[in-house]
Amino acid sequence: MTATVESEGDLLEEAARRADSRRGFLIALPSYVYLMIFFVVPFGIVFVYSFATRSSTGRTILEDFNLNSYSRLFDPVVARIATRSLTLAVVTTVLCLMMSYPFAYYIVSRGTSVRNALLILVMIPFWSNFLVRTYAWRVLLGSDGPISQISQALGGGEVRVLFTTTAVLIGLVYGYLPFMVLPLYASLERMDWQLVEGARDLYASGWTAFRRITLPLSMPGVVAGSILVFIPTLGAYVTPALLGGARTTLLGDYIVGQFLGARNWPYGSALSVGVMAVMLAAAVAYFRVGAKTA
Amino acid sequence: MSVSSAVRPRSPIERMLAANAWLVFAFLYLPILVLIGLSFNENKNVAIWTGFSTRWYGEMLHNDGVMRALRVTLIVAAISTVVSTIVGTMAALAMERFRFRGRGALDGLLYLPIIIPDVTMAVMLLLFFAQASQLLGRAQVFGIGTITLSHIAFNISFVAVVVRARLSLLDGSLEEAAADLYANRWQTFRRVTLPLIMPGVLGGALLALTLSLDDVVVTQFVSGPGSTTLPVYVFGLVKRGVSPLINAVSTVMLVASMVLVGVSLVFQRNNARTG
Repeated sequence: MTATVESEGDLLEEAARRADSRRGFLIALPSYVYLMIFFVVPFGIVFVYSFATRSSTGRTILEDFNLNSYSRLFDPVVARIATRSLTLAVVTTVLCLMMSYPFAYYIVSRGTSVRNALLILVMIPFWSNFLVRTYAWRVLLGSDGPISQISQALGGGEVRVLFTTTAVLIGLVYGYLPFMVLPLYASLERMDWQLVEGARDLYASGWTAFRRITLPLSMPGVVAGSILVFIPTLGAYVTPALLGGARTTLLGDYIVGQFLGARNWPYGSALSVGVMAVMLAAAVAYFRVGAKTA
Repeated sequence: MSVSSAVRPRSPIERMLAANAWLVFAFLYLPILVLIGLSFNENKNVAIWTGFSTRWYGEMLHNDGVMRALRVTLIVAAISTVVSTIVGTMAALAMERFRFRGRGALDGLLYLPIIIPDVTMAVMLLLFFAQASQLLGRAQVFGIGTITLSHIAFNISFVAVVVRARLSLLDGSLEEAAADLYANRWQTFRRVTLPLIMPGVLGGALLALTLSLDDVVVTQFVSGPGSTTLPVYVFGLVKRGVSPLINAVSTVMLVASMVLVGVSLVFQRNNARTG
């Protein structure tokens, strides 16, 4: 008797659980379908194209699939561009970190009202148009631009930085700096500062307290900020296009060139697949490290 | 306990931190301020200051290319923000409040558009629409429609992440209480969950709006002849060199983003007061 009542209850519960599961599925359905059509299928097409052949007129022939585009990824040209992109991404990330860490530390150390005001001052460039902020450097660094004029007025020569790797580096650091500051600020703000005081009370020097307590506790912010700067700089396109020259080609503008310039879609597709594979590996590594440090 | 007590006042380190902070602020703001200042330069040559003038703003208003691109930008931003906010919020709700088949797959699928660089997203959507136009037998599909569809594609994920962060902060006890009082799931959502996650939804919508107004790379790939957004139009102009007209358009775009920051701060403050 009791057993049947229980099983009836179980059945009801089971039915309710199923109804809930169906409801969840239906609510998730629009996003699922949309991303299937406009993300998964497009990825599949890129994947297929990467094995296709380019005809002499620049059309893509979807027959006789081969690995030619992938074998071109091992060209010295690609190695040179990839090395340049990677170096620039690492240098940008390190420079952003070196500027942002003491900066975020300073903001966190202010009183509440000053801190909020400073935070708003960081938010404004973060939300401002990236293209416009990059364009500002094109104006500043021009051979007859304000920086060059000041240099000449002070007796120095014309400043010839535009269209060099230095200009691209300045643009990248400038563009992605807020992406480093905000996660660092968040992790430093969340930290328990009584631990630092405790260490100081136990006669740890300021440096030891920082190295043994503050730095390890702010590590999630360092990792998050580094990823947020590293990934977009590795695929950067707008910055090198505006501030770089012919000899500063990066992976991002190299890929774009294959589609809008050279019209070699299979090769461009293979490059894209390669970049995505590297990114996914970096993201997985990040989640591993993040899980360990958090 | 604030940090200020952990760092002794006016120590050399404290002074260095302050100096670094002002240098970083100068680095962040001087280029923007110089650009805004130069947009009021009367001279046709950007670099030579000859006097204050609003001449270039007038030219901007009478420039057909700029005005057409601005119209496309606003239409695309409005539609893609509304659609991606609704779809993204639904995805967040499903992920945080339901167990269903395919939940794990959707979880991964939602993060991918955020992780991959926008150049690869642009490539994917270009090939997709090129292939679709062949299948549909249409010579030309690229235009305002493909731009909007593409913006929704990358915005859904960003909205979902922001709304999920907000949902995960709610422990669900209020929703359970509503259910105990015989509210059905729709009533619970309408009367309890939605008002509580509203700041997250608005934050997600604002992020979607900003991303749509900012995008250059994806839009450049999927826009058609004669129909493109303001950032792509400006990008095309900039590649040919600097001009006072671009300075004026840039200043307007900067002011627009500052207004958006202001609006989001007001929302956050109201939310802090009520919630």
